[in-house]
Amino acid sequence: MDNKTPAVTMRNITKRFGPVVANDKVWLNIYRGEILALLGENGSGKTTLMNMLSGIYFPDEGEIAIDGKEVVIRSPKDAFDLGIGMIHQHFKLVDVLSAAENIVLGLPGKLDLKAASEKIRAICEAYGFEVDPNQKIYNMSVSQKQTVEIVKVLYRGADILILDEPTAVLTPQETDKLFAVLRNMRNDGKAIVIITHKMHEVEALSDRVAVLRHGQFIGDMPTKTTNAQEMTNMMVGHPVVLNIARPEPKDPKPRVEVKGLTVRDIEGTLKLDDVSFTANSGEILGIAGISGCGQKELLEAIAGLDGTREELIGKDPLSIQEMGVSLSFVPEDRLGMGLVGNMDLSDNMMLRSFRRGRSVFTDRKTPHQLAETVVRDLEVSTPGVSTPVRRLSGGNVQKVLVGREIASAPTVLLTAYAVRGLDINSSYTIYDLINRQKAAGVAVIYVGEDLDVLLELADRILVLCGGKVSGIVPGRGAKKREVGLMMTKLGGEQAHE
Amino acid sequence: MNKKTQDPLFHIAKRSSLPWTLSWAIRGGALILALLVCALITTLVTGEDPIQVYVAIFKGSFGTSRKVWVLLQNIAMLLCVSLAVTPAFRMRFWNIGAEGQALIGGLAAAACMILLPGKLPNWAIIVCMTVSSILAGAIWGGIPAFFKAKWNTNETLFTLMMNYVATQLVAYYCVVWESPKGSGNIGVINLNTQIGWFPQIGSYKYLLNILIVAVVCVAMYIYLNYSKHGYEISVVGESERTARYVGIKVDRVIIRTMLLSGAVCGLAGLLLVGSTNHTLTPTIVDGRGFTAVMVSWLAKFNPIWMILTSFLLVFLSRGAGEIATNFGLNQSFGDILTGVILFFIIGSEFFINYKLIFRRPAGKED
Repeated sequence: MDNKTPAVTMRNITKRFGPVVANDKVWLNIYRGEILALLGENGSGKTTLMNMLSGIYFPDEGEIAIDGKEVVIRSPKDAFDLGIGMIHQHFKLVDVLSAAENIVLGLPGKLDLKAASEKIRAICEAYGFEVDPNQKIYNMSVSQKQTVEIVKVLYRGADILILDEPTAVLTPQETDKLFAVLRNMRNDGKAIVIITHKMHEVEALSDRVAVLRHGQFIGDMPTKTTNAQEMTNMMVGHPVVLNIARPEPKDPKPRVEVKGLTVRDIEGTLKLDDVSFTANSGEILGIAGISGCGQKELLEAIAGLDGTREELIGKDPLSIQEMGVSLSFVPEDRLGMGLVGNMDLSDNMMLRSFRRGRSVFTDRKTPHQLAETVVRDLEVSTPGVSTPVRRLSGGNVQKVLVGREIASAPTVLLTAYAVRGLDINSSYTIYDLINRQKAAGVAVIYVGEDLDVLLELADRILVLCGGKVSGIVPGRGAKKREVGLMMTKLGGEQAHE
Repeated sequence: MNKKTQDPLFHIAKRSSLPWTLSWAIRGGALILALLVCALITTLVTGEDPIQVYVAIFKGSFGTSRKVWVLLQNIAMLLCVSLAVTPAFRMRFWNIGAEGQALIGGLAAAACMILLPGKLPNWAIIVCMTVSSILAGAIWGGIPAFFKAKWNTNETLFTLMMNYVATQLVAYYCVVWESPKGSGNIGVINLNTQIGWFPQIGSYKYLLNILIVAVVCVAMYIYLNYSKHGYEISVVGESERTARYVGIKVDRVIIRTMLLSGAVCGLAGLLLVGSTNHTLTPTIVDGRGFTAVMVSWLAKFNPIWMILTSFLLVFLSRGAGEIATNFGLNQSFGDILTGVILFFIIGSEFFINYKLIFRRPAGKED
């Protein structure tokens, strides 16, 4: 493989954002007929590097060569012309248009949907996609939308594909399907780069791994010759222990009882249908389900946020908060809830506590100290506590949020996607924090997307499917396959509500 | 190598934070550049000596002690309205109805001055004026806020429309209370009795206004930066979802903040009618409600910086008036110079936040 000309060579690439060096003299080769896994902790510059390849950013220094020829990529259009296509974490599709319309959107020439549909079908057949060109985007599942994104770049003739955390939103079954398609494309001679945090995916899929750490290129090697432990150590820079502890719950007592919870959204669509369960103290209740099956609504209902009229105990968010229920909720948009991006760390720390005391003025000292404690204990990498939160990388934002929620000494901790997009080291820090809360007798409700982790971490797993409880299984001894099937069991009936 | 010609001439990158000396050097440089461009335009268009023009601009504000007082008074009034809109802006509530809120405050004050003499002692009338104009401003600001909070109406359009309502109301009452009959103007109210006129401090006609606004300025700074209310305003402005999640009652914050915003506007109207002009016209606020938007933005919503930015704008507009009379130039010419200077000052912020990286000379490639 080494004697081939690389499809892409990135030489000495440097990119700075203000004082932050996102990429520091990075060298990277991408070959055709190969799947490259790009690894690195949060904020190590993986996405930035790929964004420069796809024309979203322009490198401050360094050169990019395609098939040995030096090129300048000034815009996504330049990238397309060079055959580079990127599938972003957040889909860039127009909801009210059909798959075919989205795919041809922005292409020059006459609009001929029929011919386009033909070409789309041909692409699907070649690689094993399942796309109905006439289906509207808003009727699609997340996995279907992702497929449309991939077909879109293939339609434009891309033969260098970059996928940024493509499996974050997929079920195990969907992930398998995606991987099969990616392998087909590799065998067809395309160059594929996949950014992911999940080690077992790297091992299952990739031919070669490249590791970035703090914006620097650390090394690359064939996947066969390495293992999860070694890759993690390279990413983090020192040896890490990859074990999730699951101590037996101590003296579990019912803390939150949910009975017959039904939630409709503003349009009246049924989001949760007659959900009942009990969360015990000193126990982690995992919630599994395909994204959008009511996990978000469930947590919001417990936290007393709007969207639910079936009030649990008829209390508003503030009084529920005072009862010790704490929601560390990380929606798709990390900063959307729980943190204020433009405020600095210490101002964010007082979001929950600023009302304390009778004074009309805010107490700035305590939050400042709390911020410093969180930064120190959770190893948040930040220039200081006066840095606006939006300047931090995703993982660090997450640590700040979880750190604050835990500091409020909750009796019920709700977390959703607590490790979404987090690198492996930060993820284990978060698991550890959650376990410590469990040991302290907190009832933890953990909505997760990585089924492997849920199976290792949770004492019991509640599986949601289309807003209904598909079943509650004990975490110890549960089979991934079984839970995966429970996630989709009711899918057929509920798809068109 | 000839591929290199494709390289963009320059690209833009975000700067790391600049030391304050350098950022002020950039701002100063922008001002000097602006003055040079203005000088060039002056020479080319009017044939006047630019130095003379600049001297005239300066004299327009600092020429005599009377002019200095007028300058300070104008700064105070503009600052007062700017302070009023700032809490709303921090909440991302685009209140462009300060003009109307101040005008309605002025109307309330004038009503007290015209209707109450003979019924109440002078001090009670002044108290009535103060209470009623602040209340009127608050109501005028509160109405759009209420609709925004309850039905999420567009606050920009709503507050703008409220301006016209206020202007027409004042125009109506100008006819109702006209004096002398048939003039369509109110004229100076209580010219002989001076009832409802705010007391003068010593021989300084404007000192009271200036002191009141200075107090409001400091109070607003503290309120926005150190109070719990101020913190809530910032959170609501940044993210309503976050605010709701931490238990802030967003509706209440919106209405409360706009009541405050309107109240301070009402105060501005009160000062204009009761303390400075002793009359009421539909144009008494003189566009300050809109200029205030610029003052507040230029100062990045910081009440203390707003002293500087309101000075800048008043200084420029007084200078424009001065050269118009001195050189027989049209007032518009002064506005051209003002525009050029503002363009450079606002534009310099770009160079403080970003830097341009130019294409490296081809010879230096390896």
